[in-house]
Amino acid sequence: MNLTVNGIERDISSPPLTPLLHVLRDELDITSPKAGCQQGGCGTCTVLVDGEPRRSCLTAVATVDGASITTLEGLGEPERLSPVQTAFHERYAAQCGFCTPGMIIAATALIERKGGPVEREEVVDALRGHLCRCTGYVKIVDAVLAASRGDIGQVDDLPTSDEGEPDVLVKGSPA
Amino acid sequence: MATEALIPASPEEAVQLFGEGQGITVIAGGTIVLPDITAGRITPTRALLLHRSGLEELRSDDGVVRIGATVTVAALADGEEEVLARFARYIADREVRRSATVGGNLCAPPGREAQRGDLGAPLIALGARVRSTGSGGDRTEPVEDFLAGDRAGRLVLEVEYDRVPRRSAVEMMRRRHTHSYAVANVAVCETEAKGLRVGVSGIGPVAVRCRTVESSRNPDDVLRDVDPVDDAVASADYRRKMLPVLLRRALDRLESA
Repeated sequence: MNLTVNGIERDISSPPLTPLLHVLRDELDITSPKAGCQQGGCGTCTVLVDGEPRRSCLTAVATVDGASITTLEGLGEPERLSPVQTAFHERYAAQCGFCTPGMIIAATALIERKGGPVEREEVVDALRGHLCRCTGYVKIVDAVLAASRGDIGQVDDLPTSDEGEPDVLVKGSPA
Repeated sequence: MATEALIPASPEEAVQLFGEGQGITVIAGGTIVLPDITAGRITPTRALLLHRSGLEELRSDDGVVRIGATVTVAALADGEEEVLARFARYIADREVRRSATVGGNLCAPPGREAQRGDLGAPLIALGARVRSTGSGGDRTEPVEDFLAGDRAGRLVLEVEYDRVPRRSAVEMMRRRHTHSYAVANVAVCETEAKGLRVGVSGIGPVAVRCRTVESSRNPDDVLRDVDPVDDAVASADYRRKMLPVLLRRALDRLESA
């Protein structure tokens, strides 16, 4: 089997019924799709399969053999975030960040499908299946609306990539 | 343990590989099977994957609408049949609907905490027939008969219903979040030729046709047709109270349609 992941063709050796989520995370080390509920109910594992958002935890890898997969890693880079990523950063649309990958993938697909400004109702419908347990929904929806209008600036205060991973500050924290 | 994956490239090959269905796990969209595999509840030894089997056609010919087994719930949600579309839009969310299939909805094993197979109600109301294969060969039967039979040994190939003018109404009830399963669903359709048809889903392991209500048109008779169950979404008692209410609303709307 093979997949084109974020533009790069990859041979896949996981067993055929492995969820796409675990192929991405465990075989390809692409960790933005999170393993949340793993039964389709939380949305954070959402990736684009041939441009359409799908739950990677519900998708047996054999059923998408040959497909083109886009994850958060394929949308932007630390130096050049995608419009939706920029809007999320500017408008504080992430608290713990666990739901953010799925939110941004679904929002990106919505804006691409509409090709321009979207209505609040459309955003709510597109993100309906995505849970944010910090309940930051208002800022998330606002960020998607702003991104769809192109109402975003330049992000220049991100940590540079050579700073590496942040230290674990709280003893016993899962971070 | 390695699973043998069978990937048929045509409906004929799917029928042949399925055989009598012994020891075969069928995967169409995967929305039911994959969580079971992930959680270790099942370990398929042979899996029949239908994504390339050519069963995804949704077409209308000779006055009959034919829905292939792997037509997605998302496709039904965008379809022209309002009764089906209303139900389809009520199931899960856009992304799950893009994977979930009509065949999977009809073959869903009983859920452990909630009731599955919501589409049974509108399909019963539409007078739909299921074409399936398995032990004893191909069979076409009313959807309510298919649901009442041994679904585990059958491979759904197609669902069909007559494209005739009909009045219809639906009522769907669940908890107020996107991924809630049903408390109770009701679909009613009326045609010149076949009269009133009433389907109920979300109240037990499979959807049920309510023949008593069809002849009496009395919503309270629904409890003579179905026996609701307790689960994590609602109690049987609550379902018994709500079903006649939902059915009365649907029948009222049908009258004024």
